[in-house]
Amino acid sequence: MVEAIAKEIVLRKSYLPDSNIETIYFGGGTPSVLSRLELELLMQTIGEHFTIAADAEITLEANPDDLSQSKLEIFFQAGINRLSIGIQSFNEDHLQFLNRVHSAQEAENCVRLAKQIGINNISIDLIYAIPAPDHSILKSDLQKAFELDVAHISAYCLTIEPQTVFGNWLKRDKIKPINEEFAAVQFEILIETLAQNGYEQYEISNFARNKQYSRHNSSYWKQRPYLGVGPSAHSYNGTSREFNVANNAKYVQAIQAGSIPATYEILTAADQTNEYLLTGLRTKWGVNSGKLESLSGGKFAMLHQKELADMKKNGWLREESGSLLLTASGKLFADRIASDLFID
Amino acid sequence: MKKIRNFCIIAHIDHGKSTLADRLLEFTKTVTKREMQAQLLDNMDLERERGITIKSHAIQMNYIYEGEEYILNLIDTPGHVDFSYEVSRSIAACEGALLLVDASQGTEAQTISNLYLAINHDLVIIPVLNKIDLPGARPEEIKDEMVELLDCKREDIIPASGKEGIGIEAILSAIIERIPAPVGDPKAPLQALIFDSVFNSYRGIEVIFRVKNGSIRKGDRVKFMATGKEYIADEIGTLGLAQIPKQVVECGDVGYLISGIKVAKEVKVGDTFTHIDRPASEGIQGFSEVKPMVFAGIYPVDTSEFEELREAMEKLQLNDAALVWEPETSAALGFGFRCGFLGMLHMEIVQERLEREFDMTVITTVPSVQFRVLNTKDKLMNISAPSEMPEPNFIKTIEEPYINAQIITKSDYIGPILNLCMDKRGILKNQVYLTSERVELQFLIPLAEVVFDFFDKLKTISRGYASLDYELAGYQESDMVKLDVMLNGEPVDALSAIVHRSKSYEWGKKLCEKLRELIPRQMFEIAIQAAIGQKIIARETVKAMRKDVLAKCYGGDISRKRKLLEKQKKGKKRMRQVGNVEIPQEAFMAVLKIN
Repeated sequence: MVEAIAKEIVLRKSYLPDSNIETIYFGGGTPSVLSRLELELLMQTIGEHFTIAADAEITLEANPDDLSQSKLEIFFQAGINRLSIGIQSFNEDHLQFLNRVHSAQEAENCVRLAKQIGINNISIDLIYAIPAPDHSILKSDLQKAFELDVAHISAYCLTIEPQTVFGNWLKRDKIKPINEEFAAVQFEILIETLAQNGYEQYEISNFARNKQYSRHNSSYWKQRPYLGVGPSAHSYNGTSREFNVANNAKYVQAIQAGSIPATYEILTAADQTNEYLLTGLRTKWGVNSGKLESLSGGKFAMLHQKELADMKKNGWLREESGSLLLTASGKLFADRIASDLFID
Repeated sequence: MKKIRNFCIIAHIDHGKSTLADRLLEFTKTVTKREMQAQLLDNMDLERERGITIKSHAIQMNYIYEGEEYILNLIDTPGHVDFSYEVSRSIAACEGALLLVDASQGTEAQTISNLYLAINHDLVIIPVLNKIDLPGARPEEIKDEMVELLDCKREDIIPASGKEGIGIEAILSAIIERIPAPVGDPKAPLQALIFDSVFNSYRGIEVIFRVKNGSIRKGDRVKFMATGKEYIADEIGTLGLAQIPKQVVECGDVGYLISGIKVAKEVKVGDTFTHIDRPASEGIQGFSEVKPMVFAGIYPVDTSEFEELREAMEKLQLNDAALVWEPETSAALGFGFRCGFLGMLHMEIVQERLEREFDMTVITTVPSVQFRVLNTKDKLMNISAPSEMPEPNFIKTIEEPYINAQIITKSDYIGPILNLCMDKRGILKNQVYLTSERVELQFLIPLAEVVFDFFDKLKTISRGYASLDYELAGYQESDMVKLDVMLNGEPVDALSAIVHRSKSYEWGKKLCEKLRELIPRQMFEIAIQAAIGQKIIARETVKAMRKDVLAKCYGGDISRKRKLLEKQKKGKKRMRQVGNVEIPQEAFMAVLKIN
């Protein structure tokens, strides 16, 4: 598999408009299972066919139970300079509810360990809106994050998708649907507490100290081209998006035969406008009015005069130096606002 | 003329009229078995599915009886109270009628009212007891009922089964022996009674008629007496399984006329046509204009489809002369049409035909009857839409239409039916036992109360045993009020209704509750209020949505999420906006579901 991925990198070396690489992200699933040799193979292949910037952000996604001292050392030596750790919670009960294999102690330890080894740029994932009688666990989770002094926090609202374990539990009345009011209050507590402790909400679910934003994820929101390799990976070159086949065997077979097993969709002007709205409004940079006009072929402001005026009047949207930004109350309705501004 | 017999079949829905007609056609070899589709006479899909005949037709059979060949014209009649005028014209074209009664169910209200129509037109009645093969048949009991009803001899009743083909020959013999040949003067000026019309998209309107006096030849110049319009008889003929063009249709016979008429409205059922050169002095009695009884707005679900809807309505009207409409504008629904229907079934049929034949999805607003309003300047106005209703302080009196309703039911259900009718502001006028088990109830009841769900409720509480027939019984003064609905203070015109004051509070409360279920939460709270004039009589609240934002949005999620939100937006586009509130189309139909 890893060899196939390395081969795909070679096959796709001309996909991106230029060969300078600013960020690399090992993610989706558990890339922490990679061995030293595998990781080195991938890094080496990228290095041979692309120019990796000296200050490139190289992130690896990992679960706390995978982050042993030896693993962390391998990652550090391979050039990984940022970790995104799926901590979810520092509370034992909540971890159990979320069906996680790691313990609260492991969650805490791995952050300290990573820092000792020299990976200082650490992001942790936290889940909020987990059913609880009050907000004390959320608050203690945040306190623990502050104590560990992580650079970045991604906080996601618990969502129950159909055809998942939670989805089935919901169907069988084993759990209650997420209480919207509870989730909204937790979201508000989260934003406020993080702000008080120096974490800036630069995207709906992402918070950073000292501008240590995820440069990689920010690229998605700025419509910058990216190349994804491996089964199920997706790529974007500015006008179309490609999706690799999800099936591992099919993926490896195709790559070995020298072809890319991908389907793609061409993004129309409307698609690009809508994606920009969808992702841009979630960020602290908002969406630039000029860019909206050029993406939409000059239609955007004309089509949405009334909606824009109403949204501003209702205090959901504000305009600042040529960009549209969500207000604090607008952030609770980011999807609704974006879709109301979509064009056909 | 002596060899012609014109007859119709009077029967309640489901009592087997169409099946019996099929057997008659087969037995007289008018159609072969192979040509026979079940229920041949109902040739609209919709009719076949609903199992009722909406548009009446005629078919001619040839039958040799005792060595002589006879022409038998079977004139089919619609089976629903909405179309009672058309029934009366069909009956006027006949000399006799088969009274078909289901051997397990007995006579029903509709049957009886049509029977009286037939008797008033001096038709000879041939009683037929149908479905005698069914296990639940109670032939002796039902025969008693029929003898009493018709004052006929017991042995005159022909036992039959359309399904099994029992009694068909006896029925044919009775038609020839008991029903008189038509009377008329073949030499007199032409008088032909129009009792139906059929739309043919290639040939225009086919006029179905019965010659009362004189005769008509191909190429004759004719005049329709009520409309005053003149035509040339391009083609005439008689009606077999297909049309059979003829040079002449003789006195007493039934035929069709094609003369390039494009619009159904020009052909009025009940009208008489005559020759231009040698006109009859007057038309055949009994003509009247068909008047709509129920009114409602029809709007396209997608506002951009107004022109398509107009086209569809125009095409519908080509073969539905009873449908009337005019353009109407609603603040909530945009451009649409105010339509008049013969009744609720007719309204449903129009709606279904729009959907099936023209692929239009429409919103139908609260049905209303026509009120008579006398304003303070003593001007009498006909009001058939809430929006036309003047402000209360400009109204002197409001009158509403009443009907005489005739309900026949098993005596077990008298209690619940009485309660239902009282609840609908009805007054019991008469109660007659037809047999020890079956009773006929007569009520005076406001039409407005019947147009909603009365029939459904009647069927439910009587387990399907009660049947209903009605006729207009004039106008009476009533304490009616206009009930408005407001969303966040903005009135929604399409949800207004004219209701009786005694019902207005309950109506307002239920409507608000229903709307609360149907209106999705938005980013702000929505107040749903029902009001009479300035007075709020009910209120419900749709709580504000607290949060609408997905957790994650990275690389591959973006495409999926965009499509999800685009889909949501499409759904919203089908909603209507009043003030800042988005209303789904189902909400406009809420009124029909509040019970």
